[in-house]
Amino acid sequence: MPCDQTQNQLHGYLDGELDALGAANFEKHLETCPDCKQSLSAEQSLHRSIQQAGLYERAPESLRRNLIGNLAARSEVKPFPAPRVSSWRWLAAAAVLLLTVLVGWQQLQRPRGLRGAQFMAASLVDAHLRSLQPGHLTDVESTDQHTVKPWFDGRIDFAPPVRDFASDGFPLLGGRLDVAGGRTVAALVYARRKHIINVFVEKAQPESNWNGAGESQGYHWLAWQQDGFSICAVSDVAATDLEQLRKLISEN
Amino acid sequence: MFEGEQKARFEATVLPHLDAAFNLARWLLRNRTDAEDVTQDALLRAFRAFGTYRSGNARAWLLQIVRNTCFTWLRQNRMAAEFMEFDEATMQQENENPETLAMADSDRERLTRALESLPESFREILVLRELEGCSYKEIAEITSRPIGTVMSGLARARLQLRNSLSQPAVKEARRAL
Repeated sequence: MPCDQTQNQLHGYLDGELDALGAANFEKHLETCPDCKQSLSAEQSLHRSIQQAGLYERAPESLRRNLIGNLAARSEVKPFPAPRVSSWRWLAAAAVLLLTVLVGWQQLQRPRGLRGAQFMAASLVDAHLRSLQPGHLTDVESTDQHTVKPWFDGRIDFAPPVRDFASDGFPLLGGRLDVAGGRTVAALVYARRKHIINVFVEKAQPESNWNGAGESQGYHWLAWQQDGFSICAVSDVAATDLEQLRKLISEN
Repeated sequence: MFEGEQKARFEATVLPHLDAAFNLARWLLRNRTDAEDVTQDALLRAFRAFGTYRSGNARAWLLQIVRNTCFTWLRQNRMAAEFMEFDEATMQQENENPETLAMADSDRERLTRALESLPESFREILVLRELEGCSYKEIAEITSRPIGTVMSGLARARLQLRNSLSQPAVKEARRAL
């Protein structure tokens, strides 16, 4: 493979965007091409210094407050729109609604297999969203794993694996209890740059025995089984970051 | 959908991405105060357009609105902005704002300056990838470009960032004077 062809691929490789075959081909090329190897390591070091520089700027609290006030004002001022739909349309709408509810109910009734995974992922993404509301993130706020781990004792009947990975760029922020899919789960909260990652842990059981990764409402999730636990990480960080955290958790 | 319900749904699906919206606006406009105004404007537009949002990637949907609002704003203020760029007094002022002073880390300052010196399209793609952690697919969706263009754009943007880091030249020298 000539080098000019690999220039773009190098970036795809760096960003974890090549498919398995592409990545393997590129790695093969790296072995024989010192130039590309050097470019890759230069790109990696640029990437690291951008990550470490703390360039992300969060929205000021005043903006959030104004916006919520503004939205409230907008949704109150507008009068309730008068229904101008003839009655048979209402009937049709009601029938569609009934059908939707029935189908939805059926799906809720079998949270197993692939559907079960999607159901579980959706409820964990919801739990992640809830946790981002002010004051909902942690019940025990500490970067010390020796404070967070014992906090779960007596609150749940299992001991989730709690480790701080600050030196790997995933500092522990704390933990809390949450409910997903009708079960109580332990939630460990990590930071990645300025983003929040929730790692949900529960005892493995037939309903929660699922693996995989996906995306829902703009959030990534990654689920795996480990030492009798079902674990699922949810965040708006890149899927590659979740994969990195999964490696850290399962290797420690 | 009822107004109240609409608002609750908006707050649950779109508002969590406010930081992402602000960060993108801040880097596109190179200024926090303007970014606050434009983010607010973009979020209100998003709220009005929320009826057309079905499901899918709420962050990408919002960021697309934010970048379009930013580019409209930039076009309208382009004349003024270009004029200010050459205005030494403004440079001075900018230098004195608390954020700049608080940048203890010289690496951060160097990177900020280098990133801000890039053309908008490069800055946008780098902010989305490096700061926001977007996938190529998401960047393609937000910026309405094909994925292949995203990949080659990133390659060129990183090259230019590196160039700009290695030759801080003129402005730095002027600052020192």
